[in-house]
Amino acid sequence: MSAAQPLTSTGAGLAPAPALSHMHTLSLFVHDRPGVLVRVAIVFARRGYNIESLVVSPAARAGFSRMTITCSGDPTTLEQIIKQLAKLVDVVHAIDHTGQEVIESEIALMKLECGIDERTQILQIADQFKCRVVDYGPESLVIRSYGSSEKIDALILLLEPYRLTELVRSGKVIMTRGIETT
Amino acid sequence: MDINLPTGAEKLIQCLEREGVEYIFGYSGGAAMPIFDALVDSRIKLVLTRHEQGATHMADGYARATGKPGVVLVTSGPGATNTITGLLTGHMDSVPLVVLCGQQIVSLLGTDAFQEADVTGLTYPVVKHSYLVKDSGDIPRVAKEAFYIATTGRPGPVLIDLPKDVTQGECNAPFIDEDDLDLPGYTIPGRADPARIEEAAALLKSAKRPVLYVGNGAVIAGAGKSIMNLAEKVRTPIVNTLLGKGAADETHPLHLGMLGMHGTAYANKAVDGCDLIMSIGARWDDRITGKLDEFCSNAVKIHVDIDPAENNKILQPDVFIEGDARLAIEDLLPLVETGDTSQWLDQCAAWRKQYPLRYPKQGGLRAQHVLDRLHGITQGHAVLATDVGQHQMWAAQFCLSTNNRHWLSSGGAGTMGYGLPAAIGAQFGCPDKKVWTICGDGGFQMTQAELATAQIHRLPIKCLIINNNFLGMVRQWQEMFFENRYSGVDLEGNPDFVKLAQAYGIKAFRIRRPADVDRILEEAQDYDEGPCVVVAEVVKEDNVFPMIPAGAPLSGMLTEKPKTKLAKPTGST
Ligand SMILES: Cc1ncc(C[n+]2csc(CCOP(=O)(O)OP(=O)(O)O)c2C)c(N)n1
Repeated sequence: MSAAQPLTSTGAGLAPAPALSHMHTLSLFVHDRPGVLVRVAIVFARRGYNIESLVVSPAARAGFSRMTITCSGDPTTLEQIIKQLAKLVDVVHAIDHTGQEVIESEIALMKLECGIDERTQILQIADQFKCRVVDYGPESLVIRSYGSSEKIDALILLLEPYRLTELVRSGKVIMTRGIETT
Repeated sequence: MDINLPTGAEKLIQCLEREGVEYIFGYSGGAAMPIFDALVDSRIKLVLTRHEQGATHMADGYARATGKPGVVLVTSGPGATNTITGLLTGHMDSVPLVVLCGQQIVSLLGTDAFQEADVTGLTYPVVKHSYLVKDSGDIPRVAKEAFYIATTGRPGPVLIDLPKDVTQGECNAPFIDEDDLDLPGYTIPGRADPARIEEAAALLKSAKRPVLYVGNGAVIAGAGKSIMNLAEKVRTPIVNTLLGKGAADETHPLHLGMLGMHGTAYANKAVDGCDLIMSIGARWDDRITGKLDEFCSNAVKIHVDIDPAENNKILQPDVFIEGDARLAIEDLLPLVETGDTSQWLDQCAAWRKQYPLRYPKQGGLRAQHVLDRLHGITQGHAVLATDVGQHQMWAAQFCLSTNNRHWLSSGGAGTMGYGLPAAIGAQFGCPDKKVWTICGDGGFQMTQAELATAQIHRLPIKCLIINNNFLGMVRQWQEMFFENRYSGVDLEGNPDFVKLAQAYGIKAFRIRRPADVDRILEEAQDYDEGPCVVVAEVVKEDNVFPMIPAGAPLSGMLTEKPKTKLAKPTGST
C-alpha cells in the first residue's frame, strides 16, 4: 500500500460471509501440560465447530505433543479458531494445512459380518484396495486398510452393503513435505 | 517432616511477596486453611470480604486502578465457584488477576468429596490460563508463571487450584525468576512491524476526515499521552469506548467523548462520517459498531492491538498493527504530518454544538443532574467505579475522564454488583485518591454486603446510589421496545438505603431535591473518616439518550424518545 493510493478501503468491511462447510486439517504443536486437550477442544466447541477427528501423539521433542485435527465449518470461523488456538499458553503453533500437498495417512479397521458365500466378493474389494484381512472368523472378517482418508472413505462405501458392523478409524495424521514445518 | 522446609502454602506466600503483592482479597474455608495460616506471618495484608464475588471485583478494581495484578484467595467448591462472575468480568476486560483456590486433597479429586468442584474445568472459558497443582514442588514455578501470564501481553485472569495436601506438604523447590520461565507457547507482541506503521502513516496522511477510536488497550498500555500527541499533530478528533475513558483527556477540545450505543451524538456522527478510523486498543464491539455492515463501510480502518486474534475477528482492517499501543503510536508519531482537517474539525465542533448532552431541568431529581454535578466536584481527579445500568451510561456521558486508570467499569461482561467492591479495591490500591462508586439500586444490592469490608477498614470510599426503584436500563428497553409491558424490573420493597448504611455504622446522606445536590456531594467528597453512602432518590422513569438500538446502524441513533413505536431490536441485548 503506498501513500499515493486514493483513500479507499481495500479489504475493509465485514469479514467475508461464511462459506459452505469445508473440511480442514490443522496441525498443532503443544506443550505437554495438563488440560491442554480440553483447552483446545473448548476453542472449537464454543464456536460450534465440529471436530471430525483428532489425533494426539508424542512429538519428536520430549515434553511436547502433536495434535492433528480434521474439522468442518466455515473458513472465517476457522481463522478465528486458529488464532485463538495459537493464543493458548500451551500451544506452540497451530497451522492450517487445508488444501496443501501434504503426506497424509490413516488406518481403519472394519468388521464385516458375512457368511462364506459373500467372502469372495469382499476379498476382491479388499485386494483392490490393498487391504489386509487381519481376522478370519466363521461369521466375520476384520479388514485393515491403510492410506489416505479419501481412500478409506471409498472403501467404506463399497463395503457398507456387506453388513459393516464396526468401524474404527485412527483419524488422519499429516506431515508436510521437505523441511517445511507441520 | 524436615522442620526447615517451608510448606507449599508458606512457599506460595513467599512467592507472592516476591511478586510485590500488597493485598489479598479473600474468604476462608477448609481447603484453603494452610494458605490462610501462612498469611498470618506474612507482610501481605488479607482483606476479608463478605462474598467471594466481592473479593474478585475488589482485586479487579485494585488492578484496574493501579495496573498491578489483583490477588484473590478462596476455598474449594462453592468458594471457588463464587469467583466465576469476577473471572468473567476480568477476562472480558483484560484485567490481570491471580485467583488462588483451595481444593480437596489430590487422592480425592474426582470422587465427589466434600466441597470438591472441578474448578479448572468450570473456569476454562473465563481465564487466560489456569493450573491444577498436584505437587508441592511445582508451586514456585506455577506462581511465577501465573503472575507473568496474568500481567503481560493482553492481561487476564489466571487461576491456580491448590489441593490442601499440596499446600500442606513441604516444598523443597527453589524460587523461579522470569528468565528461567519455560513457556514455549507464550509470546508477547512488543514493538510493531515498521512496515505496518508506515502503511498507517500513509493512510493517515491522505485522510480528510480521520477519527481516533480509543479503547481499553490504550488504558492498559498507558498510551494516552502519545495518542494526544498524535491527535494534535494530525489534527484528528478522538472518541473512546466505555473502557477507553481516561486514556486520553476527554475534556480536550479534540475529544468527542464516548461513542457507541449510549455515546454522545457528536462522537457517533464523527464516526459515521469519517473516512478513516483508527482503533487504538479497541475491538469493534457490538456496543460500538451497531449494525456491522453499515459501520464505517466506506472508511479506511486501521487497528492497533496487542492481541493478534483481534485482527479480522469482527472486521478486516486495511492495516493491522500488532503490538503495544503506546509503542506503536510512538513509532507512528514521527512519520505523520499535520493533516488538512480543519473543515472536518469544524464539522465536529458544529455537531458538538448542535447535539449537546442534555437533560430536563424540571420534574424532580434526575440522575443526570447528580452525575453532572459529581463531575463538577471531582473534575476527573477522583477514581470512579460504576455499576451497570442507566447510571453507568449517564456517568460515562457526564463524568469526563482526564486521568488514566480513574474510570473502572465492567464493559465486556456488564456485571451488576461490580461497582462497590471495585471501588474498595481501588481505594486499597490508591489510598491518597478520592474514590467514588456510582451504583444503581439494583446492582448495589448484589454486593452491598461489602459495605462491611469498607467500614472495617475505614476506607473513605463514597458510594453514590442512584435510586430509581427500578432496574432502570431494562425498564427503559421495555418502555421503548416492549410497549411498556414491565416485567421483572420493579424494585418495589427496596430497603431504606440510608438506614441500611447506618446499620453498618456508615455515614449516609440522602438527596431528594436538586437544590441539595451540590452541598451533599461536596460534603461526601470531603468526608474521609470512613466510607459514606449518598442515596439520590431520583425520578423513577427516565431514559438514557442518545441511544442506538442494538443492531441498528449509527445513523439510526435516537437523541430523544421517538414518537412512534419502535421495532424490537435485532441486535443481541
Ligand atoms: C449480574 C447481572 N444481572 C442482570 C443484568 C442485566 N441488567 C443490565 S442493566 C440492569 C438494570 C440495572 O438496574 P440498576 O442497578 O437499578 O441500575 P439502573 O439501570 O436503574 O441505573 C440489568 C438487570 C446484568 N447486567 N448483570
